Formats: sequence, structure tokens, C-alpha cells
Amino acid sequence: MHDLVAITSLGANAARLDCVGAVTLTEVPDWALASVTARLGQEDACRVALATLLGVELPGPGGMVAGPEVSAFWTAPDQWMVEAPYEAHQDLARAVKEVMGDTASVTEQSDGWCRFDIEGEGLGAVFERLCNLDLATAAPGSASRTAIEHMGCFVLCRTAGGHISVIGPRSSAGSLHHALLTAMSSAL
Amino acid sequence: MTQSNRLTAGRIDRAQVLNFTFDGKRYQGHGGDTLASALLANGVRLMGRSFKYHRPRGVLSAGSEEPNALVELRGGARQEPNTRATTAELFDGLEAKSQNRWPSLAFDAMAINDRFSAFLTAGFYYKTFMWPAAFWEKLYEPMIRRAAGLGSISFEPDPDCYDKGFLHCDLLVIGAGPAGLSAALTAGRAGARVILADEDFLLGGRLNTETISVGEQSGGDWAGTIVAELAQMPNVRVMMRTTVIGAFDHGIYGAVERVSDHLAVPPEGKPRQILWRITSRRALLCAGAIERPIAFSDNDRPGIMLAGALRAYVNRWAVTPARDVVIFGNNDDAHRSAADLLARGVHVAAVVDIRAQAKPIADYELLAGAQVVGTQGRLGIRGVEVRLASGEIRRINCGALGVSGGWNPNVHLTCHKRGRPEWREDIAAFVPGPDGPAGLSVAGAATGLFSTASALSSGSKAAAAALRDLGIRARALPQPATEDAPVSITPFWHVAEGKGRAWLDQQNDVTVKDVKLAHQENFRSVEHLKRYTTLGMATDQGKTSNLGGLAVMAELTGQTIAKTGTTIFRPPYTPVALGVLAGRSRGKDFRPVRKTPSHKWAQEQGAVFVEVGMWLRAQWFPRPGETHWRESVDREVLATRRSVGICDVTTLGKIDVQGGDAAAFLNRIYANGFAKLAVGKVRYGLMLREDGIAMDDGTAARLAEDHFVVTTTTANAVNVYRHMEFARQCLWPDMDVQLISTTESWAQFSVAGPNSRRLLQKVVDPAFDLSNEAFPFMACGEITVCGGLRARLFRISFSGELAYEIAVPTRYGDAMIRRLMAAGEEFDVVAYGTEALGVMRIEKGHAAGNELNGTTTARNLGMAQMVSKTKDSIGSVLSEREGLSEPDTLTLVGLRPVDATQRVLAGAHLMTKGTVANAANDQGYITSAAYSPNLGHSIGLAFLRNGAARKGEVIEAVSPLTGLNVDVEVVSAHFIDPEGERLRA
Amino acid sequence: MIINHPLLGPRDAQEFTYLGDAALIERPDWQAEDAHRQFYEYLYLRDNPAGEHRELWFHEQGDRSWLVVTRNTLTHEITHVDLARDVARAKGRSK
Repeated sequence: MHDLVAITSLGANAARLDCVGAVTLTEVPDWALASVTARLGQEDACRVALATLLGVELPGPGGMVAGPEVSAFWTAPDQWMVEAPYEAHQDLARAVKEVMGDTASVTEQSDGWCRFDIEGEGLGAVFERLCNLDLATAAPGSASRTAIEHMGCFVLCRTAGGHISVIGPRSSAGSLHHALLTAMSSAL
Repeated sequence: MTQSNRLTAGRIDRAQVLNFTFDGKRYQGHGGDTLASALLANGVRLMGRSFKYHRPRGVLSAGSEEPNALVELRGGARQEPNTRATTAELFDGLEAKSQNRWPSLAFDAMAINDRFSAFLTAGFYYKTFMWPAAFWEKLYEPMIRRAAGLGSISFEPDPDCYDKGFLHCDLLVIGAGPAGLSAALTAGRAGARVILADEDFLLGGRLNTETISVGEQSGGDWAGTIVAELAQMPNVRVMMRTTVIGAFDHGIYGAVERVSDHLAVPPEGKPRQILWRITSRRALLCAGAIERPIAFSDNDRPGIMLAGALRAYVNRWAVTPARDVVIFGNNDDAHRSAADLLARGVHVAAVVDIRAQAKPIADYELLAGAQVVGTQGRLGIRGVEVRLASGEIRRINCGALGVSGGWNPNVHLTCHKRGRPEWREDIAAFVPGPDGPAGLSVAGAATGLFSTASALSSGSKAAAAALRDLGIRARALPQPATEDAPVSITPFWHVAEGKGRAWLDQQNDVTVKDVKLAHQENFRSVEHLKRYTTLGMATDQGKTSNLGGLAVMAELTGQTIAKTGTTIFRPPYTPVALGVLAGRSRGKDFRPVRKTPSHKWAQEQGAVFVEVGMWLRAQWFPRPGETHWRESVDREVLATRRSVGICDVTTLGKIDVQGGDAAAFLNRIYANGFAKLAVGKVRYGLMLREDGIAMDDGTAARLAEDHFVVTTTTANAVNVYRHMEFARQCLWPDMDVQLISTTESWAQFSVAGPNSRRLLQKVVDPAFDLSNEAFPFMACGEITVCGGLRARLFRISFSGELAYEIAVPTRYGDAMIRRLMAAGEEFDVVAYGTEALGVMRIEKGHAAGNELNGTTTARNLGMAQMVSKTKDSIGSVLSEREGLSEPDTLTLVGLRPVDATQRVLAGAHLMTKGTVANAANDQGYITSAAYSPNLGHSIGLAFLRNGAARKGEVIEAVSPLTGLNVDVEVVSAHFIDPEGERLRA
Repeated sequence: MIINHPLLGPRDAQEFTYLGDAALIERPDWQAEDAHRQFYEYLYLRDNPAGEHRELWFHEQGDRSWLVVTRNTLTHEITHVDLARDVARAKGRSK
């Protein structure tokens, strides 16, 4: 086991937590990500293999699903991002690739991103100051990529209006956190 | 202070007493007042000075169309010029100042302009200040700018913040008057997602300013009831203080919500205003109508107002500008104003109606078939002269004159997509044409339906129709009984008789005579008329004046008004603060900041950072005692070349390329060959654009048969990814290749210098052999470090030294740089920044962004032999174009000053010795330059005509702009280790 | 503007990057006799219609799909949106 100590996307040893009113903004550093893209001609085989890995039906465009251990959201045609707890899946990409074999290209994405979860009442008011997604009509389980203050982010509605994850570029974690917290202070 | 002109009733909160100042003088008003209504209540009629002639002016209107009463609000950094007193909501402590006057509003020295008005007519800029030409910039323009103009700004940063936001709805209802309320109610009850936006802070529009009843309630109370019902509906969003400023493509509307303008200071963390981008499936314009004046001699004195505005002040704000009032009009609605004033106890001295058949509707003296031909009163109207039907002149004393020339439907937003309004003779007004923005319909007075009953029913019907269009079940609601008077008007634009000037556009001081002059000088199209006279420009965009101006032009040309047409309305509907367009993107938040994995550590080392795109990179790492950046950079370069240095190179773009056709794909993307690159090897690649110009360069490492990692320059990471996706999806859709960016996933460090291997051996797990034999130059592989952490190692070099790039998952980047630095202590390791990186790559003659500058080819870069002719790759065909293949083409060379104490400067141009330094003799230019601490003098890279053949020649590097002229010798671009022995050590 | 993405539905044009004429899909054969002329025409000679225009947009802040959007340059009305990959295949492009 190596002896290097990780830091969070915001550059600290522990995840950041902020509250505005009853809404919380939490940095979530402990999730591993891997992208899975079907190889040409292997689209169906890839879907079957990935669905087996997840233990649930694969999400279509703009969607996400949570399996018992591993979740996934759609990111592009024939491409999904797989998420799993980091502690138990430090080398998620390698493990997924072993399952997918030649049906898919798999790329480690864990550290390309930072994740912030916003939970509480009134998230609609917060997100209408952040991005052009119509979250009022977004069903739980919707996953969209869009721009937040010029940063390309995934916005995942984990539950209807009560729990949203924003997954953005890790190098801009500070700017993204600032944007989210500013919008919360402004709207709540 | 007494509010001498305050009447009873009104829709104000008398319990709330608000103190404010105007030009330093203290006054009081009430909750619900605007600055204009509160000033009128205190007997203040004079509110500003006009733009050009500094004529005393008062308030003309009661809304956002106001041309005259522009004031400066607040003080200090919050000072805001050109705010309309008619829309500024009164709050306790408000400070307001008049503008465009000196030394005071009552005595304005610049009013001397008024005496010279003969010289300041239409087009005077173009005529008077023509010669001598040089005087324009130095003398005339500054002088005119001082004399003319509006308010002043504070020159301090705006202390408030602004938000941007995004809203979505089925139906956007613009305007909350009778039509808008009825529409919103219809759509709201049908369950549609509705946004109802209105610029006012009290919803109801004209319902709040009239005495008519709706059903059993007063108009204002009915509006209140409806607003309360709408506010209860979860599917309806009622937005007051929100102006829809523009109609854009595909149902997108811009709106500015003034969140905190009615407060002294916005609450902590809250924005002053929000710019909303509203995406609507359908929109309904219920913006009502704006009354227009009639031009007559001296019609601009304070106290002369639109008749409907007088009525609004009396009914809504319980204020009259004076106790004796005259009304002048050409339509029935003018009489309503008289009746309402009378009902509130204001003395109506006379109603002057140009129509001989006009009938009174209340107990006032009607002068039918008469015209106002003049007025008296310098700082406020004292009386009018009326030419009676009999031909006699009659003088009538009054403190206010209400003028009504009829009402113009507010078609503004229907024209934002170049829609043209249509003239309707029966109501003498332009109404929305059929070619408005797709998805936008219009109801109520904005369509020319001026009665309250027709507004209610048309609003409801239009809303129901719009929803049915969307497949939402909706039907028009039954409407309560209310006023339904027909329009009766005789078009009348200006009084011909009179000694003074007849003002058409009070904001721009344009008179009837100016329009005549424009006509005389052949500026007859409405667009020319506007530019020549400035009619309809500035903050009000001619809302009250445009039609008058073009009606006069129509008379002069003998054309109809319909034929004459109107100028085009463009967004924004009313002026918008620049701050709200910027939103949060200002100062340090102008754009996101990208930080490297070693940022925190570099900060601790006292690094100086530089912005590279959005990235913050360490530029150099000053050590105690170093006072000049060159000391730090020279030390970093020397220490790296002597022993070992470490640099964070995470910012370089990284693209993961996988798939069965990955190698074939890269073979098409890069000009040089990649198909045969062995697994475990890296190759330098040059990417061309299809036109044969170099696009980017980098390396591709083959981690497996079907897996490459491509690097791009920091600046081009996004473009290259987009380009590769284009190639993959649009050019070769059946290639089995998958792309994804991994730039941020890996913290990547360059470890360079003769001791780099020894340093890395302390970090890389012993299972991995780093010897030159096992891991030679251009090797790559997946390894583990520090006891098992997965990592990637590339033996590549930008500095020209024995060097590696090592990558670990980004979260460990901070720990990794600390570990590397600790491991390097015994070798006197240094961290180096982008400056040292730049110096070393110039010493080595590596091209970078300065050389890959969008104009250079492989041939220019000395890489022509890399462009494979035996395969298809992007740019290979056109790179062979004649024009890019001239024998004396620019070639990359090195330059050194003949006199080693002199500097080579980037940007300088190259001249053959003995030629005149001009463009015709230009031989090329210097792209990069640096001081080389290894060579002890300045060096440069340059593109030089036929450069390869000119080694040893002494040429001149010149910059005529700065007077620079340095003799430089043409040398190889590889200043250090030209044979590349160090790389392979 | 709103672009009706074939997979994701209506999305704001701010999420997209514009490239140009969709004819850029039809890249000439590098081995053709007159490859130079064909590439020159491919790259430099375009129609600039006042009216319907088929053009390439990249969903950069979205799913990274290249789209072929048929847009009226006078009114901005968008009548058709396809995945560029499908268009390319339909035009016979392959490997």
C-alpha cells in the first residue's frame, strides 16, 4: 500500500461543508469515476455487459441509474460514466475494463472531476441562477451536462428537487464551489 | 415639509413616511411613491435641464417612457445617472440630484445655449464643427461633450453584485395590466407554467391609474385580487419590478429584475438586479399603450405633461402638479383626464379640444375647435394662450397643462426581430404587424384595443389560444363588466401657429423646425431623419416622440404615415445597467480559475503565478535574497541543466484515444506516421489544419495496441479535442475509435536534468527498471510509485535534458510534488516555473505557441520531412500548395546578438544588412527570445526567409516603433546539445 | 437560439460551438487526380445562402455530438437537426 496522502479538490484534507439556511453544499471526494464507451460494432454487447455490471437497466440519453454497488449516467451516444465509492474502487477503471473486455473503451476519470452535492429545500431557486437546465421538469434520475459560469458540468438530480450533484472540472473546483455557494446565498 | 400638492385617497401608504432629498433639499413622501410623484407632491415641477439647450424641464409622463425627468440617484460609488424619476421607487433616505446643469437647476449657466439655438439645429455637429479637421478631437468634441450630455458617473467600482438566471415557462405574459392579468389568470387556471412580468412595483397597469370599476370592484382592487390569486398558484411566477427588455430567437426573452433598487442598499449577499434569460414556449405581449403629446409653441415648460400622466398622478399617487390645470387634446380620452381631476378637487380651468364637435363629459369649460398656441412661465408653466374657434386669443392661467395626442400601442417587442408595425387609420396609431417574433402574440391596448373590457377579453382569448397551440386545454374566461368606450380621435400632430419652438423630442431637443430642416436638406427617410436630428435617440428611444416626428415628416413629403414608416425598435426596451449584463463575471470572478495539482505547494513556496488561459501556473519560485525575476529563472535553468528540476506540466491537454482503429485514426490526425509506433513508445506528432497550416503539436504515447494518450499544448487542448471529435464523427464515422479528455485526471510533473533518473529511482517502485536500456528515450509505461500507487511514466523532454514526465492520479499530485522534492534534496533539486521552461525550450529550439501561431507551416518550422506523403492525413494535400512551397520561405532559425551585451527582442523584424527597414525589405520576424544563462547572452528563435541557407549571416533585428536596431547572427535553433546526447543519456 | 438535439431535446445554443457549412463533412479523396483542386474547393468555396443553410454545430457543453443543423440564416428558424455522424454515414463516409 502506498503512503501518499490525497487532498480534496478544494485542496484540503477533509471535505468542505457549507450551509445556507437549511441547504447544504458538500464536497464529495470519495467517489471513483470511469468512462465506458462502446467499441464500434460492440454497442449491444457493451450495453449487456455494463447492465450486468450495474445490476440494473442502462440509462438512456440524459439519464442516470443507481445499481446496488455501482451507478452510471449517460454522457454521450454509447458512452456512460460509472460511479462507485472510492475506498472500495480505487482502480475502478481497471476493474470495469476487466468486465467489459473488448466491448468498450474504459478510461479512468476519478480525478478529472470534483463533485459537490446540494441538498435541501429550494434547490430550484439556486439552480436557476446557475444554469439553463429546466430543473422544475427534470425527473429524479436525470443527468445533464451543461455550463455553469463557463465550466462544463454534469448536473445529476438524485432525488426530485432535494438532492443534486454537480460534477465539474477538478482544476476549477474553487471557482465552481464559489459559484454554487454564491448562488445559494443569493437565492436562499 | 408639507406635501402641498398631495390629494386624498390614491394607492399609496400614508402611514409610511419616507424622507428623501432632491438637490440637497429635504422632502417627504409615502410608501408607493415614485421620486416623480413625491416631488410633485412637494410642489416641485422643475426636475431637469434639457440635453442640448439646457431648457428647464419637468416630468412629462408617469412611466418608463419618460424623456425629461432624468436624475442621478444615490451617492458615492452607488451614484447612478440618467434614472427616470417616474420609475424610481421612493425609499427612506433616497438622495437624488438633478443633472446637466451648473451651478444649479434653477440657474443653469449653460442655458446660454438656448440663446444660440439658431446655430445648434439639426445636423449642427456635421456643419458647425467641420474645420479645421484637427480641431474635432482636441477641441470641439470635448467641448460638446461637456456642454451637452446627461448625468455623471462616480468613477468608482460598483459595490453591488448582479446575478444572471434562467427561467422556463409555457407562457410568458409581458405586462400585468388588464390584458396581462386576464391572460395570466386564464393560463394559470389551465395549469400551464406561467411567468407574468411587469416593470412596475404595483401590478395592474392602468387599472391603478383610472377610476373605472371592474365588476363590483375598483380597477385597482380587482387587479389586487387577481394578483393574489396568481401568487397562490404554484405554476405561476409573478415577477414585479421586472422589465422584459428584448425578444430574441426561438422564444427567448431577456428580462431585468430590479431586486433591490427600492432599498437603500441590497441585503448582504443579495443581488441588486438579475438578468433573466427566459425560455418560453409561447409569449403574450400585454404592454399596453403610451400616450403621445402634441407639439406646439413652448410646449416643454415644467408642468406640461401628458394628460393621462396627470390622471395617473391624481388617481394612483394622489398628487397634482398644480391646483389649476388646463387640458389640451384631440381625442375623448383627454376628457377623462379632466373629469378625474375635477373629481379629485383639482380646478380644471379649461379643456381645449381641436375638434369642433367635441362634447364635455363633466362640469368644465370646453373650448372646442381651439388650439394652444403658446405658453408662459420660465421655470414652470404659468399660463397658456389659446386660439379659440372664433379666432380670438384667450389667455388662461394654470400651473399645469395636460396634453393628449392619442395613444400608441406599445409595439416595441414585436419589432425586435425586424417585424414592422402597421398603421391603423381608425385609431391613428401603429399596431403590431403580422411578422413579429415567432410564438409571440399580442393582446389589449398593445394591439390597439384600448377599452378595459376588450383588454380583459383579448388577454384571456390570446392566452387560451397560445396554450391550445401547445396542446394544453384552456378556454377564455368570462369577464366582469367594465368600461368599454370606443376610440374617438382626430389625428393632430402639431400646432402650426406660434412664436416659440414646438418640441417633438424633449430628450434630444428636437423641434418641428428641425424636422423641416432635415426635410429641406433631403434627410427624409425615417432612419436618416433619426440620425440627422437625433430624434428618438438616447435613454427613452423616442417612446413619446417618434410618431410626432415622422408625422411631421409625412406632412412635409406629402406621404401617408403608413408609407413613411417607423424606425426599427431594438433591444433593450428600457436602459439596462451594464453591471447586470456582466453578472458575476467581474474582477477575479471574470472567468473560472484552473489550478494545477501542485498549486497549494507552490503557493507555500512563494511562487509567482501567471495566467495561462484559465490556468494559474507557477512562473518562477523566488528564493530569499532574489530581488529580480531573472535571478530566480536563471537559477532554476542552471540547476535543472546541472542536476535536476521539477515542473508541473498538468496543464498540457491529454486525450485518451482507444479502439481498434486508434492507431489508424492518429495516422490521419497527425501529419507524421503513427501506425507503426510500438507499444510502450512515445512519438512527437505535428497536427495540421486542413489548409496545411500547423495546428498543434504534442506527443502520443502508445500504452497498448488499442490505447494511446495524446498530449496537446495547454492553449489548444479544447480546440484539438473538438477537431478530433469532428474527424471521428464527421469524416470517418466507421472508425473504431473513442475519445475522452483526461487532462485533469492526472497530475503530471516533468523531472528534468542529468540526475532525473536517480531521483525517480527513489520514488518509482523497484519492480520497474528505469535504466537507459530498459526505459530508453521516448519510452512510456504504466508503473507504480511510493509503494503501489498507479502512475504513468513517459521519457520525453522539452528541456533537452535527460527527462521524464511522471503522472499520478490528481488527488495525489500535492503529495507527489512534496515527495519528489524531498527525494531530490540530495541532488539540490529545484522547482521551475513557466519562465525557466520557456528559456530551456528556446535554448533547445523547440517550437511552442509563438511559433505555432496559426500562420506557419511544417516547412516554416523545419519539419517538412515529417509530413508523410504516403498516407492520408488532415492538411497533407494542401500543405503542398504552391504558395506554401516557395524556396525562400520563412524558416525557423536561431539568433544571437553580435554584441553579447545586447538583447534579442521577440516581435522585432529582420532586415538584410544595408537595406532600409521597411515592409518591402522584411526578411522575417523574431517569435521567441530569452536570456540564456547557459550561454551568457540573449538568444532568439525567428522565422527568416530562406533561413536554413543563411547560417552565419549577420542581419538586423529592428523595431521601428521603438527605435530598436540590433545586429544578430543567424545560428542553429538548437543552442544546447544539438546532437541530442543529453536526451538519450 | 434553441437547438433541438436529436437525443437530448431542446438545448440552448450557448451550449454549442459553431463550425460552418455542413459540406465540410464531404472531405475529398486525397488520392484523386485533382486532389489539390478538390481540397481547395472543399475548404474555400462555399455558398453563403440567404435562407436555408445546413451547418455544423458541436455540443461542447453537452454530449460532444456534432450536429447538422438546418437553419434559415434570415429568420434563424431551425427546421432540421441530425447527428452529424448519421449524416456522414448517409453520405457514404466510413473509415
